[in-house]
Amino acid sequence: MGLIYKKDVCTGCMLCPKVCNFGAIEKDGDKVKFDLDKCVLCGSCEEVCPVDAIEIERQVIDKEHLAQYKDVWVWCETHEGRLRSVARELVTKSRELADKLNEQVVAVLLGHNVEGLAESLVHQGADKVLVVDKEILAEYTTDAYTIAMTTLIAPRKPSIVLFGATSNGRDLAPRVAARMALGLTADCTGLDIDEEGQLVQTRPAFGGNIMAEILCPYTRPQMATVRPNVFKPSELDTSRDGDIEKVDVEIRPNQVRTKVLEKVSEVVEGMKSVEEADVVVCSGRGIKDPANLELPQKLADVLDAAVGGSRPIVDLGWLPPTQQVGQSGRTICPKLYFALGISGAIQHTAGMSTSDIIVAINKDPEAPIFEIADFGIVGDIFDILPHIIEEVKRLKAER
Amino acid sequence: MKIIVPVKQVPEVAEVKVNPDTGTLIREGVPSILNPFDELAVEAAIQLKESHGGEVTIITMGPPQAKDALYKALAMGGDKAVHMTDRAFAGADTWATAYTLAKQIEKMEFDLIICGKQAIDGDTAQVGPEIAEVLGIPQICYARHIEMSEDGKSITVHRETDEGYEVVKARLPVLITATKGLNEPRLPNIMGIMKAKKKPLEEVDAESLGVPEDEIGLKGSPTQVRKVFPPQKKAGGIKIEAEDPKEVAKKLVEFLAEKGAI
Repeated sequence: MGLIYKKDVCTGCMLCPKVCNFGAIEKDGDKVKFDLDKCVLCGSCEEVCPVDAIEIERQVIDKEHLAQYKDVWVWCETHEGRLRSVARELVTKSRELADKLNEQVVAVLLGHNVEGLAESLVHQGADKVLVVDKEILAEYTTDAYTIAMTTLIAPRKPSIVLFGATSNGRDLAPRVAARMALGLTADCTGLDIDEEGQLVQTRPAFGGNIMAEILCPYTRPQMATVRPNVFKPSELDTSRDGDIEKVDVEIRPNQVRTKVLEKVSEVVEGMKSVEEADVVVCSGRGIKDPANLELPQKLADVLDAAVGGSRPIVDLGWLPPTQQVGQSGRTICPKLYFALGISGAIQHTAGMSTSDIIVAINKDPEAPIFEIADFGIVGDIFDILPHIIEEVKRLKAER
Repeated sequence: MKIIVPVKQVPEVAEVKVNPDTGTLIREGVPSILNPFDELAVEAAIQLKESHGGEVTIITMGPPQAKDALYKALAMGGDKAVHMTDRAFAGADTWATAYTLAKQIEKMEFDLIICGKQAIDGDTAQVGPEIAEVLGIPQICYARHIEMSEDGKSITVHRETDEGYEVVKARLPVLITATKGLNEPRLPNIMGIMKAKKKPLEEVDAESLGVPEDEIGLKGSPTQVRKVFPPQKKAGGIKIEAEDPKEVAKKLVEFLAEKGAI
């Protein structure tokens, strides 16, 4: 049992039922009672209680043991011989975290014929790059990559290890965490260091309705997967110096128990990636007919933008799944985002709310998308869009 | 073939609202459902049983009311269920949850484990791979298509990737996680619902699991939630009615040029 309630100390101030997110605390006469089946022991009530009548039993922290762990590591995923952009984003963010801790940034590069990418990770901000270059790592497999990561981590004792929350990152990180019996926070959208030098991991939960701050107080390394496109990569600094260390890790073929027979790309030729474009023109239900997608495409063409869609129109097959923006699609943060005929349900905004500038056009003045839009237009997209296209063309011609 | 499907009961996230005054979740009146990704896993298991024979066991860890999620899966066609329920399990993070489930699964016979890709309340996608690691079996995550070999000894899976999918093969036993597109989960019929409550349902508490108390629940959890808070709302921007579309378009493009966005 984790929660201790000292009823005699409780003054009945009723602050704790107000902060409980799980409906686990109820008024009980002039005191409160706890429904431990609903309680997840998050500690919100413990923090708010002015008289310390609530205590959550926790593990003991062994500070001496934790102090042996140093440096911020990033698993730098590659795809077809190139670094994924999330690797650059995380090396940039790690630089900031490591500077706060006065520790080093270590980039981990696994693959085959990838050594050439190491230098650019130094230019991105890494102090050191660990390279494991082997044929058995040419293709991502859970087993081979888990062996490589755990073999690197165990003797070197980093304090933090970060992974991009890609399909492979979210496959690999829990396997590594479980092998070493470590905590892992999924899909973070914020990372910081607190006054005690711990990693504060912020992530959305309940479909983006709520944010949680998660710590890993008892074990090291602290591990997290981090959403792509949340942090911006820094400019490369070619004057930076760093160590590049090649490490040999023994991985036997019989340790790799899955075999990749074929890789199929569903990326549509000529369609810009919503994750990589600076400008994204995204359409929702308000577009009404697939033939009407020509209009957003025209705007995208003049702005050199990617075309995206909300879940309903991707489910209808009007755009390929690679173009879906939102919780169950891609999370993006372009410089400019157009939401055309998108109401702005939390499942959609969770995937784009961090865009620099959001423009929304919707007939419904009450659409929630207007709450997060920098420039909202209440009106018909078919009336307004042609004029916007004309105005952009005119502006470009003037320049 | 023996298939185990770990499931979770979750709140219907689409109906969860936030109290604007306190910033806390309003969970009153929000229905609890079988996690939609787990429905895909249950359906996949039943289909494999129908084509290859065998037995499907549903397992969950959760409070007493989580039994409803087990009944739903049994009504769909699962054969039996295991309910791990004990206050000592409360407060478990993904590692403690996976460890607790795996310690029970270890005592059972299985050829295949199928999980949902993630639960819609936590969205972590970690419990599946962590169970696989504790059991020491391979995993194939985000399955869109599953094909069992004729001899029933290996499985080929279309695994979703960032660019499309890859075709991955493994020998059993293996753990698979199911994602959207794998199948259309069936709705339980009246017969199924009536039979569900008569199917074997075993309860397991911390004592019968036989794992030290500091390895389960909050005490066995390496992560700790420090606080929860409502997402930051962006400060209100400009909102105009498009009475004159041309004029509005002009204003917008001026605004974007001024901000350096185009």
